[in-house]
Amino acid sequence: MDSLYLAYRYITYNRIKTVVLVACITLIAFLPFALQLLLDESERQLMSRAVSTPLIVGAKGSALDLVMNSLYFGNERPETISMEAANRIWDSGLAMAIPMYTRFQARGFPIVGTAMDYFDFRNLRVASGRPLAVLGECVVGARAAEELNLEPGDHLISSPESLFDLAGVYPLKMKVVGIFDRTHTADDLAVFVDLKTAWVIQGLGHGHQDVIQLKDPTLVLKRSESNVAATAKLYHYTEISEKNIDSFHFHGNTEVYPISAVIAVPTDEKSGTILQGRYLSKEETQQILRPANVIDGLLQNIFRIKNVLDAVVSVVALATIMAIILVFALSLRLRQREIQTIFKIGCSRLTIAKLLAAEILIIVSSSAALCGAMLMVVHQFTHDLVRMLFIG
Amino acid sequence: MIQINDLEFHYPTGNFSLSIRALNLARKEKTAVIGPSGTGKTTLLNLIAGIITPDRGVIHIAGTEVSRLNDNARRRFRITSIGFVFQDFELLDYLDVMDNILHPYRITDALKLDASVHQRAGMLATAMSIGDKIKRRPNDLSQGEKQRAAICRALLPQPKLILADEATGNLDPENKTKILDLLFTAVDEDDTSLLAVTHDHELLDRFDRVIDFRDFGNFGF
Repeated sequence: MDSLYLAYRYITYNRIKTVVLVACITLIAFLPFALQLLLDESERQLMSRAVSTPLIVGAKGSALDLVMNSLYFGNERPETISMEAANRIWDSGLAMAIPMYTRFQARGFPIVGTAMDYFDFRNLRVASGRPLAVLGECVVGARAAEELNLEPGDHLISSPESLFDLAGVYPLKMKVVGIFDRTHTADDLAVFVDLKTAWVIQGLGHGHQDVIQLKDPTLVLKRSESNVAATAKLYHYTEISEKNIDSFHFHGNTEVYPISAVIAVPTDEKSGTILQGRYLSKEETQQILRPANVIDGLLQNIFRIKNVLDAVVSVVALATIMAIILVFALSLRLRQREIQTIFKIGCSRLTIAKLLAAEILIIVSSSAALCGAMLMVVHQFTHDLVRMLFIG
Repeated sequence: MIQINDLEFHYPTGNFSLSIRALNLARKEKTAVIGPSGTGKTTLLNLIAGIITPDRGVIHIAGTEVSRLNDNARRRFRITSIGFVFQDFELLDYLDVMDNILHPYRITDALKLDASVHQRAGMLATAMSIGDKIKRRPNDLSQGEKQRAAICRALLPQPKLILADEATGNLDPENKTKILDLLFTAVDEDDTSLLAVTHDHELLDRFDRVIDFRDFGNFGF
């Protein structure tokens, strides 16, 4: 008996009805599975990185923005704190302090200004090239390098914060000296520079022609015995090279230079607790957070929303199943004559049931296959989707 | 071929009843059944085919007492031994002509679909002058061609009996003659018989025998 063959013929003949049914079943099955897949992946991604980061110190304000920016380099930037915050942690002797400055971007990827300790802390290994050595260099995360088609020896220019800010800082042409191994974390999508390079991008540090040696009077605004003030015509370097690196310098005290946050890695649990206690004062302008607690709170909210979505999807699924049953019931009524004919020829009611079951089987199997394919696509892009949906 | 004795049947609802004391049809006999609507012509075909069972009496077809068979056995007997030809052809729109001809083989385990059946189906289609249309769907065929395809479907299992329920009812005069020719040829060439319900009185002369249901009350033939 060829129930499947006949069912296949019927289904392919009634293409539009079949496509609508398959689409309905696929969507209604896909939604909860895809949602679960995304939430599982988001929980895995968010939590694993949060758990591996003991404490974060940053400006008072949104705890979530601070954590998301420090862990995943999200677009929501917290208020800056000064480099003094990192030194304060070092001076406490309770924890290692890893400052981070994530204000800038290069071709859509975040530039993370940090200390060398960060790479050891995150276990980042250079896959090709070498680690950061001097000012103006960058090491690029695996996916960022892949998408920007960068290799060691290439150059990457920082993106200006505003195209219309003529008085703003000039983009810095950074030399790519290394590419990190893939870690399947936010680090894959970042461009890492030394903290001082980040400050150079901001314009806090700069290199220019030697004003002492200037002969062109149009370049000198004011000259005294101890000081030379240059005009805006003075040439500022936009790339740090061996030739001009010595001309780069920072004005003022770098202790007050801005950073986004400090990752604090306590020497032990007790040190961590003591350190947290030092930020409890009402006058304190900084906050110290356990990222795992913040992310846990975020996930609790996400799962609460998911429960609501599950309920909505369940109701829609029920309505869809009822509509599908109605479609099959109406289809049976329309096919009464056909059923009568094959019954007259000698077909049993069981065979008719088998034919209908085969049709349902093909439709459900097609939906399952399509749903599976769509879930595979979602799975392929979960990393990006999680970043897009939850990190920004 | 067919022996009916003391047959009685009535539907559970309504007051229609059919009573046949004796009816015999010989092998290779072509019999027409005529009569006004509602006199039981189609009921007789359904009783002979075992689609419905009599209240009383015996129906023998080619040595098998159909009226004594259980449901399953009656279905097997029907699909292997009886070829049905319907007025409205009853072809399935979603199957092409070849699949419609092979349809009985696809809906039962009683018939085995193999290469020889495919070959015979092709030969039947050619003999019925629709050999070049086996890949077409019924909607692309003329009325005459549809009925030819339906006849092919009925003849493919090499039935012992062909039951035609107003098989020429929806055809033009030219096609009526052609279809009847094809059915008669099948009866003549194969070891089968034909029992055809018809309203086409102009065709009756061609049958070996005519049973008029107006006279078919409580008497036998």
